[in-house]
Amino acid sequence: MRNPAISLKDLDISYGDTKVVRDVGFDVAPGESFALVGESGSGKSTVLKAIAGLAPDWTGEISVLGKPRGHGTDRAFSKTCQMVFQDPYASLHPRKTIDTVLSEPLAIHGIGRRSEKVVEMLGAVGLDQRFRFRFPHQLSGGQRQRVAIARALMLEPKVMLLDEPTSALDVSVQAEILNLLKRLRREQGLTYLMVTHNLPVVSFMCDRMAVMNKGRIVEIAPKTALYDGSFADPYTRDLYAASGGNPDADPAGAAASESKDPA
Amino acid sequence: MTDIPLLEMEDLRVSFDTPKGSVDVVKGLNLTLGREERLGIVGESGSGKSMTGRSILRLIRAPGKQTARTLRFDGLDLMAQSSRQMRQIRGARISMIMQDPKFSLNPVMTIGHQIAEALQVHENLPRRDLQARVIEMLTSVRINDPERVAKMYPHEVSGGMGQRVMIAMMLIPRPQLLIADEPTSALDVSIQAQVLDLIEELVTGNGMGLILISHDLNLVARYCDRILVMNGGEVVEACAAADLAKASHPYTKGLLTAQPRMQETRDELPVLDRSGGAGT
Repeated sequence: MRNPAISLKDLDISYGDTKVVRDVGFDVAPGESFALVGESGSGKSTVLKAIAGLAPDWTGEISVLGKPRGHGTDRAFSKTCQMVFQDPYASLHPRKTIDTVLSEPLAIHGIGRRSEKVVEMLGAVGLDQRFRFRFPHQLSGGQRQRVAIARALMLEPKVMLLDEPTSALDVSVQAEILNLLKRLRREQGLTYLMVTHNLPVVSFMCDRMAVMNKGRIVEIAPKTALYDGSFADPYTRDLYAASGGNPDADPAGAAASESKDPA
Repeated sequence: MTDIPLLEMEDLRVSFDTPKGSVDVVKGLNLTLGREERLGIVGESGSGKSMTGRSILRLIRAPGKQTARTLRFDGLDLMAQSSRQMRQIRGARISMIMQDPKFSLNPVMTIGHQIAEALQVHENLPRRDLQARVIEMLTSVRINDPERVAKMYPHEVSGGMGQRVMIAMMLIPRPQLLIADEPTSALDVSIQAQVLDLIEELVTGNGMGLILISHDLNLVARYCDRILVMNGGEVVEACAAADLAKASHPYTKGLLTAQPRMQETRDELPVLDRSGGAGT
């Protein structure tokens, strides 16, 4: 792949003496939506953290948009790549208004026209202007996740790291956030690297996926593999079956998906 | 004897007093549960499904208030029981599995002790028999090397194992009714199925009634006989699990279509119309 948006090579990540991710490598094309799938403890979030600079103890190569990434935080880097975290109840500062939260990245990078940009961004993520001077506790989970997405987009990055962005949300709210992420990607030409354990979400959001188990990538598959379950690795097949895999084999799942056909 | 339903509930209301007046979070719920029946209650956050589950055990804490025209378990009027009598029923005859093992297990007590305690409260057993029952129970929830696990503390086991320990603890006094409130939402998909299969096996094997509370329609459809869909404190739809596909209420349909599926071809997911409410 030429000029990948994210490129990882021989990446090993440790926390202290424990190596949690071994020998991970993949390329994500610009504009692609790539999923990292696996169970808790498989190291999928750690890979995102290493790219974002939150897990500095790694060896190997990470480059984003052609620029190799150093260890630790990097101001120029945060303009190109931002992360959205799993739990919107934990990732927003409880004593800062939405306006402050959204202006902060701009202030740090010395960017002007903050007020207009905040207003614009609230519109882009589908939040009413009346939310601008509220605190996170006055917002619902879905609204908070919209704020978290808005915060990540304030610096107009090209690459977004999404760490289970909808796992803390209700089904109907999840649908809204997934639609939002899909629309933003289309409108702003973003590249997504998304961590999730929910295979149907991958089917909706992503083009390709890497399946991780015990800190290693066991398989990289296109999303079409989810349609028929054509996975090479036995672990992936287990995961697929556990997620309600092949609806033909599962009467309840089949009945539910029949009813889901849009009228 | 056998024609009395296991649980009868009529006009259950749970309300909280707020500065703006009293708010009903469960608004006049009726349900009956037969012996060995598996009932699923589905709804989103705030629909009142957990409150319904807790009110069966009369676990609504002040300032919440619970009223019901009838709340009968096995012919016994639960609303008329004193708190001491309720304690005899909780655990021994009706058990509840909570959502997250991380917050529901006592962190400073070994697993073996906690399970033994659940049994000791209701039965007087010599210590050796107690130990044997604990080991037997841990084996039946498929924990390898139960002797070792019994000596461990909750932080030393994984989420899936913790949830199995919870199940062991809840089932050891052999209750007649098990209420499982989102028993798997803190677990990985691959372990979810194992835990639910285990609950199903133990419930049917021991002739227990089951109330499974979850936000996941398809999951509930797979493990229950009958489903109640709740929204805003009311049951909007009741149907047999097999007929979920024929659900007629717009809210149920909305929930079903809003879920991404494995063979996804839609470009956008349909969302529920919230113009009446607060929006997300």
